[in-house]
Amino acid sequence: MSESKVLCEQVIAGGWNYSRIVKRGQKIRLTDIEGGANASLMCYNAHNFTERFNLGDTLKIQHICRIAKNCCLYGDMGRILLSVVEDTVGWHDPLCGCTHASLIKERFGEKDYQSAHNDFYRNGYDSLLVEIGKHGMTKRDFTELVNFFSKVVVTSDGKMTFVENNSKPGDYVELRAEMDTLVVIDTGMHPLNPSKEYLRKPVKVELLTCDIAGAEDPCFTWCPENGRGFINTANYNL
Amino acid sequence: MFTKYLESTLKEEDACYVEDVAAGKGWLHLIKKGQIFRILDLKGNQAVDTLFINANDPSERYSVQQTVQRQANCLVGVGTKLYSNDDNPMLTVIADTCGDHDTLGSACSCESNTCRYSLDKRYMHACRESFLKVLLETPNLDKRDQVNNLNFFMYVPFDEKGNLNFADGISGSGKYVEMRAEMDVFAVVSNCPQLNNPCNAYDPTPVRMIIWDSKESV
Repeated sequence: MSESKVLCEQVIAGGWNYSRIVKRGQKIRLTDIEGGANASLMCYNAHNFTERFNLGDTLKIQHICRIAKNCCLYGDMGRILLSVVEDTVGWHDPLCGCTHASLIKERFGEKDYQSAHNDFYRNGYDSLLVEIGKHGMTKRDFTELVNFFSKVVVTSDGKMTFVENNSKPGDYVELRAEMDTLVVIDTGMHPLNPSKEYLRKPVKVELLTCDIAGAEDPCFTWCPENGRGFINTANYNL
Repeated sequence: MFTKYLESTLKEEDACYVEDVAAGKGWLHLIKKGQIFRILDLKGNQAVDTLFINANDPSERYSVQQTVQRQANCLVGVGTKLYSNDDNPMLTVIADTCGDHDTLGSACSCESNTCRYSLDKRYMHACRESFLKVLLETPNLDKRDQVNNLNFFMYVPFDEKGNLNFADGISGSGKYVEMRAEMDVFAVVSNCPQLNNPCNAYDPTPVRMIIWDSKESV
């Protein structure tokens, strides 16, 4: 196994949108700098945006309703976009989606650019729409997302409960690209976070080199279904 | 948080539209604001994969994440408002004799079947084939409109440890779910042909689509 090398890094400001292509042979590390961050993440095949993160396939292929180490984010073609190769958090929420302007207004009132300049209240939906728009996509390309660093527990009656203090300062997660993948992130607050104050927390993002997964890789072997997903993905990358 | 079972007072003979949809078929139909839409499980244990698209603006469609976020619950039952990506209620569930409809499992596909079961299960009919056919036959719709769908009559239990499974259905012959449209929507359905898991009791069967007018919709 070769050592990972950091290729570049930056801090995504709290409540802001970001995107980049992560190529096969690379991974990104997301670090919660202050603790209590939330990174809403969508992902697309960088060469064909119609192949995109598929929530249902991701959950049912792996029999999960949370994302953690060794889990994979599947696209809709039986192939893997990203795999979780390191994770100090242990639980990331794939269910709840992001905030909307309507939710922010209901809970915190309004603070617009005119009155507050760059301290204005932003929301996840608008930020993510703008960010996919930069790649030529439209509202019809807006898909489901995963809220990294946030935990929401679901009980058998379907009730969903936000768990506070899930992510500590310095906690990180590493996502390895299994194919060239466009990653789109917003660092706005989680929609079920009960905070009485509008929150925005920064997230550090580093791009690193990494090895291509083999048949002994922990994500590959995590369940037989993932093994077949890796085979499909390797065939696609030929 | 919601009433689990509530019967409807509507009678099928008063409906303005009745159509049976065979297993393995897609179906798309306009439901006008105020109309009542019922899906009837004729033989029992039949998963009905369902999408809703704003009939006047296809960039607005059902969103699983907005729906579960807004009610802080990921099951669908009486009182559930099905929200759009724009955070607007599209339909409200007003009657239900089954309960616990799945929001998370979404549609089966030839491609995901290769992962779930085995690589040689690629060539079996799947919901995403039916969805794509009806979407592509409709002006201005395509693959991008096939977001995570609802699965009426499908039972996908999960737990607080983060596990999820496909289980035997809890629906039976004659069970139904009924909803009122809060805007003009296209209902897009794939009557699920999956044979590899118990979501259709390994024997996919027809379902009935029933629509009633209301004072608001005529």
